[in-house]
Amino acid sequence: MRVYLDHAATSPLRPEVLNAYTEALQLVGNPSAIHSGGQSSRAILEGARERLAKVAHCDRNEVIFTSGGTESNNLAIKGLFAERAGNLIITTASEHHAVLDAVEYLETQGAEVHWLKLNRDGQIDMDELSKVLEERSAETALIALMWVNNETGIVTPIHEVTALAAKYGVPVHSDAVAAFGHMPTNFAESGLATMALTGHKLGGPVGTGALIVSRATKVVPLLHGGGQERGFRAGTMDAAGALALAVAAETPQPDYTGLEALAVKLITPLGNLTRGASQGIPNILNFTFEGCPGDSLLFLLDQAEIEVSNGSACTAGVARASHVLLAMGFSEAEASSALRVSFGPQTTAEDVKALAEALPKVVATARKI
Amino acid sequence: MSGGVDSAVAAARAVDAGHEVVGVHLALSRNAGTLRTGSRGCCTIEDSMDAQRVSSLLGIKYFVWDFSDRFKEDVVDEFIAEYEAGRTPNPCMRCNERIKFAALLEKALSLGFDAVVTGHYATVLTGETGELELHRSPATAKDQSYVLGVLTGAELKHVMFPIGASASKADIRAEAAARGLAVAQKPDSYDICFIPDGDTQGWLEDRVGAKPGLIKDRAGNVVGEHEGTHGFTVGQRKGLRLGRPAPDGRPRYVLEVHPKENTVIVGSQSALAVTELAGTRFTWCGAQKANPEQWFEAEVQVRAHAEPVACLAAVIDGEFVTRVNEPIMGVAPGQTAVIYLGTRVLGQFTIDRTVSAVSVEEEFEAAL
Repeated sequence: MRVYLDHAATSPLRPEVLNAYTEALQLVGNPSAIHSGGQSSRAILEGARERLAKVAHCDRNEVIFTSGGTESNNLAIKGLFAERAGNLIITTASEHHAVLDAVEYLETQGAEVHWLKLNRDGQIDMDELSKVLEERSAETALIALMWVNNETGIVTPIHEVTALAAKYGVPVHSDAVAAFGHMPTNFAESGLATMALTGHKLGGPVGTGALIVSRATKVVPLLHGGGQERGFRAGTMDAAGALALAVAAETPQPDYTGLEALAVKLITPLGNLTRGASQGIPNILNFTFEGCPGDSLLFLLDQAEIEVSNGSACTAGVARASHVLLAMGFSEAEASSALRVSFGPQTTAEDVKALAEALPKVVATARKI
Repeated sequence: MSGGVDSAVAAARAVDAGHEVVGVHLALSRNAGTLRTGSRGCCTIEDSMDAQRVSSLLGIKYFVWDFSDRFKEDVVDEFIAEYEAGRTPNPCMRCNERIKFAALLEKALSLGFDAVVTGHYATVLTGETGELELHRSPATAKDQSYVLGVLTGAELKHVMFPIGASASKADIRAEAAARGLAVAQKPDSYDICFIPDGDTQGWLEDRVGAKPGLIKDRAGNVVGEHEGTHGFTVGQRKGLRLGRPAPDGRPRYVLEVHPKENTVIVGSQSALAVTELAGTRFTWCGAQKANPEQWFEAEVQVRAHAEPVACLAAVIDGEFVTRVNEPIMGVAPGQTAVIYLGTRVLGQFTIDRTVSAVSVEEEFEAAL
């Protein structure tokens, strides 16, 4: 039996989702069509929108269905940047590439980026943010900060950020892909302008996601066409996908604190938990193993039938030093020796024990390479 | 697995032979291109994906191992340094010596593997003394034993060339097609993989920079000017832009490159021929020759697809010396000389010095 501890990369469809999704897939009708079939699809879509809005604590009109996290982040960042007058983007170097690369693209289009520094616990300095806003709020197009880091599980105090940004009238976007469903992400109370989420980290299908766009916020769309989704996301709406996303979001995640405690207890004698003093969500843990090349760790664990990840992977499948850990001030060697262990509803204590049992030999072998 | 047809079929045959195989693609560039262009390069993402696709069709696992730092240090930087030193390096040999059968092999052995399997055309046989020997491929047109000349006896124990004895590349392509591998008709790679546009001189100039100097003949007469010695290779005829014609009116060729003096020496084609090649950086491929300090008959090959030529060879005062029976052309310091005993690869050395077949006096007398 293979041990799968890479749910933060993607998590298997939950049975509730599979049932609802396959049933909805059998219906015919474009949700925009006038006929009965279309109206049935529309009913599913709008029902899903309401259900997702309830979980996300937002207005149903604030839910913009997309194809997933990458699209949602791109829509928010490029859309807010295009909509706003300023050209300064405030973010950090530990964001997911869906944010980083969108921001770096905008840099080629005239944007200026203020990269907030992170401490070794993965936290920004509120004084630095305050100072930038004090000096440059008029030029600031947006702030983009992920709610939970997908590699380390570290939580950003989003409410503190939005409280500060509100004083200056600067919109805040948060990539909540790793947070949504795993910790309270109450959009109404968050003060966020936009929030990105995805289905497949929650046991929904790949290709489903949403951008929550507050009623007060406008974004310039990436896709132009039929004016669907408040005009922010053109294209025939995926009613079955929306339903599957809503069901995945509604289906509660188990309490992972027991697995977290077990993993920390069993693994920290061998590796260092990168979270440090920072708070993190219990289902994502990241360890560095001194002197061990990350790709060798992955290879050896895979040979032992255990699937984990380094966190970062480029298109060609090359394991690189984690840009997240580098942004937190870790050395190249430390950042190249990281393993991310992430849990899902199917994860058992036996899985964690299997990892802990395999690790001593794996670490010893990897250290020799 | 480069993503090409040879390593694909080699992997397939290793699987058929019952080995536990994983596919490994080497990431040798930090900025891999997305798609292949022409016949150059072998580290694009397209190549990686091709190798991955072959692996999945063979039912084996696939990994990309990043040796880009080692490759830069041991192959690319050395390539530049060799040109800067006036030599003509062979980066593919260096890659075999330092990466494929060194870094990769070491890592594989550390991870518990027994051997590195590649799609090279060469064979490993057991010699009379029971030691492993590297031999030419029977498919002489594709024989790649030259670029494997850097292998040592210890490395030969951990290499496998499943297609090494194949009759022809066409057979390998046909086998790949029969196995349903999409890379069956993929073009061969040529040239230097890290210079994707093939413009070696331009690539070097970007890294070394222009440094104008003089072009002289062997008698010391200035016959022209150059923009930097890295732009010249022994045997080169084109691009010399010499103002003064040669005394005999015949074309002149680059005979020597001296970066320290920033001078390029040119002369007649006949002066290009050399009778002796020698180098101190040598390795034995498997068992070394008994009493190598005594002259023995062998063959020497100076380029991947050059004809081997008969020679006398010996190791004299730590230098591997070969004296060819008939003078040979197109030999530049930095190139690798691979020594053969029949089909067996005996060893190799990097050429440090050559002796011209024609003395300076002879060259200039002939012109008069």
